[in-house]
Amino acid sequence: MSNNSAAAHTLATSNRKWAIGFTSVVSIIFLLNVFILPNSNTQVQRFFNAWFSLTSMAEIMIWVLMALGLNIIVGYAGLLDLGYVAFWALGGYVAGWLMSPFLSNFQINFFGNAREGFEFGIHFHVFFVLILGGVFTAIWGVIIGGPTLRLKSDYLALVTLGFGEIIPQFMLNGSDIGGLNVTNGAQGIGGLDEINLFGYVIGTFAMPEKFLMVSLLAGGMIFFSIRLRDGRLGRAWLAIREDELAASMMGVPLWRTKFSSYAIGAVGGGVGGVAFAILVGGVYADRFNFVISIIILAMVVLGGMGNVWGVVVGAAVLSWINSIGLVQVGELINNTFGTKFNFPSYQFLLFGLLLVLMMLFRREGFIPEARIRMVMNEDKTADEEKLSDETKIGHH
Amino acid sequence: MTSVASGVARKKKFTLSAILIRISSLLIIGVAVYWLGLNLTKDPHQFAQVTINGLNNGLLYALIALGYTLVYGIIELINFAHGDLFMLTSVFSFAILTELFGAQGPSAKNYALLLLVLLMTMAFGAFLNVSIERLAYRRLRNAPKLAPLITAVGISFVLQWIGLRWVGSVPVNVNTVLPSGKYEIAGVEIAYKTFAIFLVTVPVLILLAYVVDKTKRGRAMRATAQDKDASRLMGIDVNQTITFTFAIAGAAAGTAGIMWAQTIGTVSYNLGFQLGLIAFTSAVLGGVGNLYGAVLGGLIIGLIQAYNDGLAIGPGQRWSQTMVFTILILLMVYRPGGLLGETAQEKV
Repeated sequence: MSNNSAAAHTLATSNRKWAIGFTSVVSIIFLLNVFILPNSNTQVQRFFNAWFSLTSMAEIMIWVLMALGLNIIVGYAGLLDLGYVAFWALGGYVAGWLMSPFLSNFQINFFGNAREGFEFGIHFHVFFVLILGGVFTAIWGVIIGGPTLRLKSDYLALVTLGFGEIIPQFMLNGSDIGGLNVTNGAQGIGGLDEINLFGYVIGTFAMPEKFLMVSLLAGGMIFFSIRLRDGRLGRAWLAIREDELAASMMGVPLWRTKFSSYAIGAVGGGVGGVAFAILVGGVYADRFNFVISIIILAMVVLGGMGNVWGVVVGAAVLSWINSIGLVQVGELINNTFGTKFNFPSYQFLLFGLLLVLMMLFRREGFIPEARIRMVMNEDKTADEEKLSDETKIGHH
Repeated sequence: MTSVASGVARKKKFTLSAILIRISSLLIIGVAVYWLGLNLTKDPHQFAQVTINGLNNGLLYALIALGYTLVYGIIELINFAHGDLFMLTSVFSFAILTELFGAQGPSAKNYALLLLVLLMTMAFGAFLNVSIERLAYRRLRNAPKLAPLITAVGISFVLQWIGLRWVGSVPVNVNTVLPSGKYEIAGVEIAYKTFAIFLVTVPVLILLAYVVDKTKRGRAMRATAQDKDASRLMGIDVNQTITFTFAIAGAAAGTAGIMWAQTIGTVSYNLGFQLGLIAFTSAVLGGVGNLYGAVLGGLIIGLIQAYNDGLAIGPGQRWSQTMVFTILILLMVYRPGGLLGETAQEKV
C-alpha cells in the first residue's frame, strides 16, 4: 500500500467517523424519547424532562446550525459580524410568509399542507421553504456585505450590527408599511402549516419528528462546514483570515472571497430561522434582539473559532446553559446549600465575563483550531522586532 | 489593508460604480433637503421648536461621542462598552444626588450639590473607564483586532448587568433639581433644562478641546495616536497617555450621564446600548478621531433624530432607531471618513 491511499483512507474514515457519531447521538436521543422514556417510571421521566427535554435538544440543534453559519463568517473568513440575528429573523419570516395563511391576499399552494379552512395565503412545501429561506438570506447577506466588505474590519462589525438592529425593527414596525401589513408587527405570524412529508404529517407538537428534522439540518451544516473548509474556497477564507495582504499577493480575490463567506454564512442563519419558526410554529419579532447575536458569537468564540467541532460543542453547551442549565444548576445549588440566588438573572454577567475572560486567557477557544491558536497568540510587536532585526543584519 | 491594496490600482478613474455612488448620494441628500424644506414651509414654528429639542439631545450625544472618538483615535478600538459606561454614570449620579443626598426639586443648595455630584460623576466615569482599560484592553493591545472588540462587547454586558442590579429592569424616574419652567422667544419654548445643558456641556467641550490642542498632555496624546513607537522614542509614556485618554473619555461620559438623568429625567439599565450606538454614529459622522467632528456629528444626529420624531411630515418616532442606523450604514458606504475626517485607511 502506498502512503497516498493510506492518507485517503484515514481521510475517508475520519469523515465517516463523525457522521456515525453524530447519527448515533441523534438516534439515541430520539429512541430514548420515543421508546424508553414513555415506558419508564415517573422519576426518570421527570429527570429527563427537567434536565434534557427534547425541546431543548431540538433547540440545541438549531443553535448549532446557526453557530456554524456564523463560524463561516467569523471563524473561517475572520470578519466580525455583530448582527447575525438579522439572518435568523429573515429566515423566520420567510417561513412565516410562505407557510401560513398570513398573506391572505394570495392563494398559492405549492405542494403545501394548508389547514382546513385556511386555504388562503401562501403554502409551500417545507423543502422549498428551507431552500428559499437559505436563498433569501444569502441575497440579504450580499446586500449587507456588498457595499461594506471593503471597509475596515471594525467598521464592518458596526455595519452588521446596524443591520442586525434595523431588520428586526422593521419586522416589529412592519404592520403598516404604506398601508400594507408586511410582518404583522409585534404579534408576529403564528399558525404555521403542519409539515407533510410524502403523506406523513408532522403535527405542531410532534417534537420527536421535529427533533429528527432539525438534527438532519444540523448534520448537513456540519458536513458542508467541513467540506467547505477543506475545499478551495475554504482555504482562501483561511488565508484571508490569517493575512489579508499576503493572501491578496498570492492571488486570492479578496472582495469576492469575503463576499462569498458572507453569503454562505448567512444561509446558516436563514435555514436556522426557518427551522426555528417550524419548531415553535410561528415567528415573533420581539425575540430578535442584540443579545441573540452576542450569544451566537459567544458560542463560536467559546468553542474555538474556525473549528467545526469546537463550535458544535460551544453551541450545545451554551444553548443548554441558557435554556436549562442556569435554572436547573441554580436550583440544585440553592437546594443543597440553602441559598437563594436567582441564577438566571446572572445571565448577562455570565456571558460578558465569558467573552472577556476567553479573550484575555484563551483566545483560541476551548477546542481550538491549530492555526487559530497560532494567529491569536501572535504578538504584533514581536513581529516588528523580528523585522527590525532582519533589516539590521541587512545593513551590516 | 484592502483599501491600500485596491486604492493604488484604481486612482481617479471614473468607473460605473463611482458614478452610481455619486448620483445616489446626491439623491439621498436631495430627498433629505426636500423633506426638511417641506416641513419648514408647512410649520416654521414647530420646526424651530423641534430644532431646539434636537440641539438639546445633540449636545449630550456629542459628549458621549467624544469618548468614542478619543479612544478610537488613540488605540483604534471601537470601545463598545462606552455607551454602558455612560449608562452607569447616569445611574451613579441618580444614586448619589437623588437618593443619597436627597436633592430633589430646584433650590440654591441643590444646585451646589448638582455641581459637586457632577464632579463626582466625572471622577467615577474616569475611574471606571481607566480600570476597564487596565484590566482588559491593555493586555490585548497587541492582539489581533477581533480580540479587543469582542472583549469590549463582553465588558458592555458586564456593565449592563451592574446597571440592571443597581436600578432594576424598569426605567426609574429621576426627580430633577433643575427648574421646570420655560423661556419663550417668538412662540418657541426653550426649557430651562436646555440652558443647563448648554451651561454644563459647552465649557466641558471647550476644556477638552483646550487640553487636547494646547497642553503638553494633549500633544502627547496626538503623537501617540499617530505612532506609538515613535512617541515612545521621543520620551512619551505611552501607557500613561492612553490611561489619560480613557480618563478624559470617562469624564465626558460622566458629564453626559448626570445631565441626561437630570434633563431627560429617567435612568435605565439598557439605555447605554442605544445611546452608545447613536453616539458612535455621531463620532463616525464627524470623522472618527476628530474631536470637533464628534461634536458636529452629535449635533447633527440629535437634529436628525428630533426632526424624524417631531416633525409633522416624517416617519415618526417608531422609526427613530432605524433612522440612526440607516445613517450609520449609508455613511459607511459613502463616506467612511466622516464629514471632517480623512478617508479611512488601515495602517499596514
